Amino acid sequence: MSLMALREQLNGLVNSMFLEGLLDDQFEQLQMLQDESSPGFIAELITLFCGDSERILAELTKLLDQAVVDYQKVDAFVHQLKGSSSSVGAQHVKLACVQFRQFCEEHNKEGLKGIYFFRCLRALNVVKHEYYLLRGKFDTMLQLEQRIQAYESKQQI
Amino acid sequence: MSSSRGGNGCGGEGERQIHVLAVDDSSVDRAMIARILRSSKYRVTTVDSGKKALELLGLEPDVNMIITDYWMPEMTGYELLKRVKESSELREIPVVIMSSENVPNRINRCLAEGAEDFLLKPVRPSDVSRLCSRIR
Repeated sequence: MSLMALREQLNGLVNSMFLEGLLDDQFEQLQMLQDESSPGFIAELITLFCGDSERILAELTKLLDQAVVDYQKVDAFVHQLKGSSSSVGAQHVKLACVQFRQFCEEHNKEGLKGIYFFRCLRALNVVKHEYYLLRGKFDTMLQLEQRIQAYESKQQI
Repeated sequence: MSSSRGGNGCGGEGERQIHVLAVDDSSVDRAMIARILRSSKYRVTTVDSGKKALELLGLEPDVNMIITDYWMPEMTGYELLKRVKESSELREIPVVIMSSENVPNRINRCLAEGAEDFLLKPVRPSDVSRLCSRIR
C-alpha cells in the first residue's frame, strides 16, 4: 500500500473515532504533542493506557467476585480508570466509568443492596465492552502509524 | 497524525533550564505531564509517589517547581505540599496541584497551604504555559 493510502486510512480511522464519540478533543491534544522530537508519544500513551486499563479491569472483576464486595476499593479503581481514559481522550470509556461510580456510591441504600450490586456488575461489563472496542481500533491505529513511520524513515535514507 | 508544534520554550535552555519534579501515581498521566512540560523546554523528573518525591528532594535541591497529583495512595498531593512548605530547605519551591475533581474546598485548602496553582485534569499545554510567568 502506498504511503498516501496508509495516511488516508489512518486519518479515516481517527476521524471516524471522533465522529462516533470514541475519542474526544483531549485526543487532539495528544496529536498536537506528537512531533518530530517525540514521534512515538501517542503510541507510548496508548500502550500505557491499555496496560493500565487491563490491569484495573482484572482487579475490578476480582473485587466484584468476592462474597462481600469492598465498594471503596472498587470505587478507587474506577476512579483511576476514569482518570486515565480522560487523559487520553477515551470518551466512551470515561463515561462508562462515571456511570459505574454512580452505582458504587448508591450501593449503600437500605434494602436494595442486591440491585445495586447487579448494576455495578452490569456497569463493569459496559466499561469492558467500551474498552475492548476502543482497544481494537487503537491496535489498528498503532499498526498503521508504525507502517507509515517505517515508510517515512526509508524515504529519508 | 503527527503535526509540528514546538513548545513555547518557557522552560528555558542550558543552565537556565527550569527543572520540574512531576509526581503522579498514574503512568499515563506521568507520561502526559512529562511530554507537556518537555515540549515547553522544561527539564522533567517523574516519580510515582509523594514518598519518592521527598526522597529525591532530599538528595537533589535543584528542583525549581513541583507539580503533583492530588489523589495518590499513601501520601496525597496535599500532604506532600504541606511537607514541602514545612521544610526550611524546600518551602521556596512552588508547588502546583493537579486533580481530576473540581472540589472548591479542596482547591481552597491547597491554595491556603501555599500551593502556587491548581490545575484540573486532563492537563493541557495551555495550562502549563499559564504557569510560566509565575515560576520565574
